[in-house]
Amino acid sequence: MSLDSKIPQGPIADKWTNYKNHINLVNPANKRNLDIIVVGTGLAGGSAAATLAELGYNVKAFCFQDSPRRAHSIAAQGGINAAKNYKGDGDSVYRLFYDTVKGGDYRAREANVHRLAEVSSNIIDQCVAQGVPLAREYGGLLDNRSFGGTLVSRTFYAQGQTGQQLLLGAYSAMNRQIGRGKVKMYNRHEMLDLVIVDGKARGIIARNLVTGEIERHSAHAVVIGSGGYGNVFFLSTNAMGSNATAAWKIHKKGAFFANPCYTQIHPTCIPVSGDHQSKLTLMSESLRNDGRIWVPKSLEDAKAIREGKKKATDLSEAERDYFLERRYPAFGNLVPRDVASRAAKERCDAGFGVNKTGEAVYLDFAAAIKRYGTEAAFVKGLDANDTALVTKLGAEIVKSKYGNLFQMYYKIVDEDPYTTPMMIYPAVHYTMGGTWVDYNLMTTIPGCFSIGESNFSDHGANRLGASALMQGLADGYFVLPYTIGDYLAPDIKMGPISTDLPEFVEAEKGVKDQIEKFINNNGTHSVDYFHKKLGKIMWDKVGMARNAKGLTEAIEEIAALREEFYKDVKVPGTADGFNQELEKATRVADFLELGELFAKDALHRNESCGGHFREEYQTEEGEALRDDENFAYVAAWEYKGKPSDAVLHKEPLIYENIKLVQRSYK
Amino acid sequence: MKLTLKIWRQKNAQDKGAIVDYPIDGIEPDMSFLEMLDVLNEQLINKGDEPVAFDHDCREGICGMCSLFINGEAHGPDRGVTTCQLHMRMFKDGDTIFIEPFRAKAFPVIKDLVVDRSSFDRIQHAGGFISVNTSGNTIDANTIPINKDDADKSFDAAACIGCGACVATCKNSSAMLFVSAKVSQYALLPQGKVEAADRVLNMVHQMDLEGFGNCTNTGACEVECPKGISLENIARMNREYLVASLKG
Amino acid sequence: MAKSALLKSSLAKKYWMALTGLFLCLFLAGHLAGNLQLIFSDALHFNQYALFMTTNPAVKLLSYLTYISILFHAIDGIMLTFQNRAARPIAYAKNNAAANSPWASRNMAVLGTIILVFIVTHMVNFWAKMHFDENFPLQTISIENQGQKQDFYLTTDAGYIPVNQVETGGLEIKNRTEFYDTAAKVKVKEGYKDLHKITVAFFQDAKTGLIATLLYVLAMAVLAFHLWHGFASAFQTMGVNNPTYSPIIKGFGKGFALIVPLLFAIIPIYIHFFLKA
Repeated sequence: MSLDSKIPQGPIADKWTNYKNHINLVNPANKRNLDIIVVGTGLAGGSAAATLAELGYNVKAFCFQDSPRRAHSIAAQGGINAAKNYKGDGDSVYRLFYDTVKGGDYRAREANVHRLAEVSSNIIDQCVAQGVPLAREYGGLLDNRSFGGTLVSRTFYAQGQTGQQLLLGAYSAMNRQIGRGKVKMYNRHEMLDLVIVDGKARGIIARNLVTGEIERHSAHAVVIGSGGYGNVFFLSTNAMGSNATAAWKIHKKGAFFANPCYTQIHPTCIPVSGDHQSKLTLMSESLRNDGRIWVPKSLEDAKAIREGKKKATDLSEAERDYFLERRYPAFGNLVPRDVASRAAKERCDAGFGVNKTGEAVYLDFAAAIKRYGTEAAFVKGLDANDTALVTKLGAEIVKSKYGNLFQMYYKIVDEDPYTTPMMIYPAVHYTMGGTWVDYNLMTTIPGCFSIGESNFSDHGANRLGASALMQGLADGYFVLPYTIGDYLAPDIKMGPISTDLPEFVEAEKGVKDQIEKFINNNGTHSVDYFHKKLGKIMWDKVGMARNAKGLTEAIEEIAALREEFYKDVKVPGTADGFNQELEKATRVADFLELGELFAKDALHRNESCGGHFREEYQTEEGEALRDDENFAYVAAWEYKGKPSDAVLHKEPLIYENIKLVQRSYK
Repeated sequence: MKLTLKIWRQKNAQDKGAIVDYPIDGIEPDMSFLEMLDVLNEQLINKGDEPVAFDHDCREGICGMCSLFINGEAHGPDRGVTTCQLHMRMFKDGDTIFIEPFRAKAFPVIKDLVVDRSSFDRIQHAGGFISVNTSGNTIDANTIPINKDDADKSFDAAACIGCGACVATCKNSSAMLFVSAKVSQYALLPQGKVEAADRVLNMVHQMDLEGFGNCTNTGACEVECPKGISLENIARMNREYLVASLKG
Repeated sequence: MAKSALLKSSLAKKYWMALTGLFLCLFLAGHLAGNLQLIFSDALHFNQYALFMTTNPAVKLLSYLTYISILFHAIDGIMLTFQNRAARPIAYAKNNAAANSPWASRNMAVLGTIILVFIVTHMVNFWAKMHFDENFPLQTISIENQGQKQDFYLTTDAGYIPVNQVETGGLEIKNRTEFYDTAAKVKVKEGYKDLHKITVAFFQDAKTGLIATLLYVLAMAVLAFHLWHGFASAFQTMGVNNPTYSPIIKGFGKGFALIVPLLFAIIPIYIHFFLKA
């Protein structure tokens, strides 16, 4: 099977407009005869469900949480990019397009990214019309921030919870359609398989998580918006329930999985405090504007700090190693996420880590407090040599900028970041890879679409800050509603699809068998036991720095772990009721396969790019070394029974508008 | 730390349920409250017992899924946090901790500590939106300037995470803080004013149908709300509803 | 309006609660002003005031409003309380409510019930006697004339009628306050019901006066708690809450809650312990 990305012809700026003008439409009366299933209700799924229902389709939406509003899009902090150029600082659709492709280390599809940049402005208009309370200036107009990797201010935000506000906007649009009966919402339902009839996606098998009932749902098309697979690492900034099951089930039914090894590791997260740790908390990237990152210069000091014999503040300036400033004098503490993360890991691996697990570096605000304090003392005409006064004034200014983050840190770590440096460590945050989709956002299964983080299309090998929200909403509000019509146009006379078809019976049986097996397995270890083991393999060998040896070992270890899991996992309780361990078991079973494909993809990609860093492929200074000649393609994997047998399909990435160059932050 | 947990166990919605004691040892002050329950569950599974069911998801205080009533307070003794952000250092070695589900007629128990909060969803279906099509062909976002103070207040109301702590805390199981936060978010913005009257009437009507109690202004909800949603919102909704009712 | 149902919705019940409550606060202020005459004025003025309060048509209207308010406030309150109870069928095993709300706010129903009981007994003791007691005394005054003490009824036209005129049958009292010429069967004057005397006697009664005083003071303490929450709460319910006015309203409400019941309570204490009979 060859990959057809269906990218329209013509100049990049006109592709989307021309394409929309020529695709098939479904008239409003016929839309009433078409059913669409949407799995996942985050920014992508929620906005898609609302829009499709508004257009007239009958939508069935599914989420495993108790309400669509809890989807993990809600946790995004920073903001959403849009090429509005409200600041008049030279922003444009082209610049947003260019920054996104470059930020993705030249591994994204040009046409998709350009379309994303084109519709970005509409997103802001839409959200404001829906009552999303985005931040404003005193004049009443919208405010912007600047984010990493760009030279303009184009990030719209709502304090530290842009994700929640945008999601509530999509959720409110959904609520309106639920109230009208156009969206039927299935909360606490989990999709456990895709049903394909005559080669087309025609329904899903879902488990009602409250009653345990296995349900068949049919539709003329199925849309997957189930998010990323960061939880394959067990510890990540993802929600506990975030899972890859929907995406993985469609992969097993024929949807190719693209670039699984592209994972974003975020540098500023609160470190792991012990074996009990269940998840990692992100601290906004903005902290790196004022915080200086360091570790002790000597191993003895690092050891003393780990053992609690010394404190960070006991070390003099001469005894500290500001390693980002040392290695990257030009960008200093503001190097991109992947670079900052790798540098921190390098220091900790060398034994300089500063918390009891040895995996943390300091993020120190003392210099910023002093700088701001001195300035404030000067402005107020006070004595700038009075250390106590300067510290007090400086702390007030830092508080006004980052107060809520400092408070959050204090609650979790129980240390006051105004007086003691924060401890941070990188953590898995976002997965750029996902199901392969064409320009229409359709997977390699006809009628099965994939939107938002669950597809691979827009971020290449590294995602820029504030771009995830943009992509989720662009897909759901403005792209899928057009392209799905083109696919559905021939189905208008089809009528409802029966759930009694043998394909439904068979898929349901598969799901029931798997559940039965778990319940009756009577092993000796909990699901978490295996998930943690998988996470450790992934983090140690498929994490921030990878090499052929480690990846080869990881592939074997994951396969062995998977076997052990099926033999020895213990799932208490029954299948016919609320059973959280059973939910976890079905999810971890999929992670155990996905993790192996992930490692296999990382092993095959003999280059370093964005979030994928292979130790064998680095410059003399230890920076990522891309190989555009051999690897400027999308690696789309076809499922063939088990991950190790997956077949690679390549979609070449052709850059007609942007020139490929090496990134440098010295 | 060594603790005695008194946890509400209930097999399903029909079961009567009861408090069961669980002694637990080896708890570290750095653990979050939910991680402490993870440890308990791991022990229960290894012993062959059923683990305690509890709702949780993001574990960073924003999804609103976690919902425990701990030692007589929604989300426990700390302020401005959800249960997932509560840490064990708030407790002392040897403490006895009561862990109960959020209790209200409108929040029926599904299992153990898991409750059904879909009543909140239904209230929002009744009017928690602005009726604008998602075509993207609306006016430019900067066409209508919005007073910063109003925009900030609207945001403060919109910060509600829909966890239900207000209902759980309220001696009357009233949902007024939640509903008023939703009503206020839109009522404060020009784009929301167009259908403000219908919205407040419909949402309050649905709220009443769900079987929540009545607000008696004790202020407990505001104290226990992890996002600090203000009682001003309830006053605003009272005002909006009164005006909308009088308009007829 | 269809869905608003200004009588049925939860919010409407609260509006009525607030409006009747605030009206009753006004009533309390008026009632207090009258009662304070027991301390700061003489019996005649007090009784004149009592007469005015029971006969003036505007005051009558207000008094009916007051009765209705009390009834409405009580019935509405009871209905709300039952609904609120039903909203949580299973109670918490442990509820640390003191951590998040004042005691008074959580106990308005209990406080209100006590106040209702007080109002009923209070009305039986004074209002009912005043209105219906056939043997309610009329105000008399003793005047010493040439070493001889003589009792007179005080009349509304500032005149005097010797008590013995009634005792000897020259005049008779009809309709509790009207003096009729027995022979001519003509109404000649009208007397004052001596509420002052009844009140003083009530609190100075050798057997029950102390208990009555203490119970009255206790009831005022309960009223203080009820007002402590109720006053500001009524404004919140009516939608008045903003950073500028709310502190003033809350401050005033607390002052009202302390001062009004305190002044009410001082009166029986004064009568019982300090007023010379």
